[in-house]
Amino acid sequence: MLRVENLHVSYGAVKAIKGISLKVNDGEIVSLIGANGAGKTTVLHTITGLVQPEDGIIEYNEINLQAVAPNKIVTLGLAHVPEGRHVFTQMTVTENLLMGAHYRKDRNKIEGDLEVVYESFPRLKERSRQFAGTLSGGEQQMLAMGRAMMSKPKLVVMDEPSMGLSPLLVKEVFNIIKTMHDNGITVLLVEQNAKMALSISDRAYVLETGKITMSGNASDLLLDERIKKAYLGA
Amino acid sequence: MMNKNTKLKGYLVNTVALAVLLMAFLILNANFKTPFYSVVFIPSLWQISYLIILAASLNLVLGFLGQLSLGHCGFMAIGAYTAALLSLYFERAGIFTDKKAPVFIVSILVSLLAGGLLAAIVGIIVGIPALRLKGDYLAIITLGFGMIICNVINNLPFAGMEGLSKGSAAASLYKTGLGFGNTLKTKYAWVAIVITILCLAAMFMFIRSRFGRAIESIRDDEIAASASGINVSLYKVGTFVYSAFFAGIAGGLFACCNSSLSTASFAFTNGSILNSTFIVVMVVVGGMGSLTGSMLSAVLMFLLNYVIKNVIKASGMPLFVQNLFKYPMLVYAIVLIIVIMFKPKGILGTREFSLVNTIEYIKGKLGKKAVKEGGSK
Repeated sequence: MLRVENLHVSYGAVKAIKGISLKVNDGEIVSLIGANGAGKTTVLHTITGLVQPEDGIIEYNEINLQAVAPNKIVTLGLAHVPEGRHVFTQMTVTENLLMGAHYRKDRNKIEGDLEVVYESFPRLKERSRQFAGTLSGGEQQMLAMGRAMMSKPKLVVMDEPSMGLSPLLVKEVFNIIKTMHDNGITVLLVEQNAKMALSISDRAYVLETGKITMSGNASDLLLDERIKKAYLGA
Repeated sequence: MMNKNTKLKGYLVNTVALAVLLMAFLILNANFKTPFYSVVFIPSLWQISYLIILAASLNLVLGFLGQLSLGHCGFMAIGAYTAALLSLYFERAGIFTDKKAPVFIVSILVSLLAGGLLAAIVGIIVGIPALRLKGDYLAIITLGFGMIICNVINNLPFAGMEGLSKGSAAASLYKTGLGFGNTLKTKYAWVAIVITILCLAAMFMFIRSRFGRAIESIRDDEIAASASGINVSLYKVGTFVYSAFFAGIAGGLFACCNSSLSTASFAFTNGSILNSTFIVVMVVVGGMGSLTGSMLSAVLMFLLNYVIKNVIKASGMPLFVQNLFKYPMLVYAIVLIIVIMFKPKGILGTREFSLVNTIEYIKGKLGKKAVKEGGSK
């Protein structure tokens, strides 16, 4: 579904990504794990067109994503949940969710989808008329995910959904990711919380200073000694 | 989400209320002929109308899109000069000779519209490169635009340094068809009111539409807006141009209010109520993100300006108070500080005054009262 090949990205003189390749197949949850500054977010931003690569191929369903404007990518069914809960703070929860469906032409179906999202996130329904800026961190993360769902995506790329959340909320967020996956959405997950990410993923890539050092089935990686040492603290 | 029925009801209530007010005003206008009315009230009404349009249109960029533009008066200048020159052309071409004929009003409206359109076109040219910048940088470049446009107009051979007719600036605007004296202002007061209402209605419809929601999302978070499928730069330029259009129309109305036109009125160093920073102050005081707030603060600021200019001197206040008010900018600054201290988000914040909601509120209060009274019996 998504194919990245030999990707190189630089910020000025600093090389952030040094030739990585990865693949996401239809119906998978794939995670990309790595420490701070490994370049995880850069990979995602390059996929969603916010950063221009130096070299490499990014293909989504055989479409070259580099030729698509960032705001058009969502119309192809690829939704981006940005890092740090980018919600529209001065807008209500409902308005935030409707923004996710902004590009859609089938207006009459949006109302129904809103109900579906509210069913998955009952907390958001309680707060539907509140400004998004007044929500707690976990609620904002749910809102960002709900907004992505409103765009009817086939593939969701998520950037650190667990960042800054309490362990209990992290569990809840990962449960939601599983539910989304059960509803037929393919997920590319970028995470620092390697244990959680590996426990729900099918496959995973390990990113270290711009290079992929390991990849494979998530269950195998979870048992790998090197991963245990570096990321799981065991 | 706002339901369709309440929305329709809102439009209906507002239209009826405005129509009633306008009718009342027209009857008043025909029968009321004291000097105070035609010398003070009506000219004030004209000034307030263009100030309201200016503040509300800047609010689109500042409050809803979240970009600081300090060159709003530049667009106003373009609108004013375009409208004045075009109406001069109309008069010379003999399209209207009598300022009482209906064809006169049509040509004035065409001139105002043209002023708005040219301001919008310049808005496109300025907006496309300028809106790549953010915050302070955008403020600087728009500030520069405001200054440049004054110089450009000064050096145009057909507009000129001295105002429209080179040298005899004092009488120049009256020659153009714009530049209403007090009698004409009274006769055509409805023009100012109707134009203000139409402009505000257009702005309200814009921010209530899905475009409005899109630009608010850009203000809150550009990355997330882009991820939601919004073409950020297109919407930014679009809003900037839309706002410039109304600034141009406000400029045309400004030209109507005055007997002469000179770029000094739009200059950044201009110490009067009309300079780009002052309009920013109006928007901030009224509430960034509230069009009704801008209306309210435009009226308040005009009144304040009027009091400073006319009332204090005549009031026989102690000398030191009079001296203080010799520096109006100082007074505005104090007002701004007081408002920000007690209402950090401006008078109305991001809320809008809504007639329907107010009626519902009053109804609710009365209902409760009735229930209480019923209970006490």
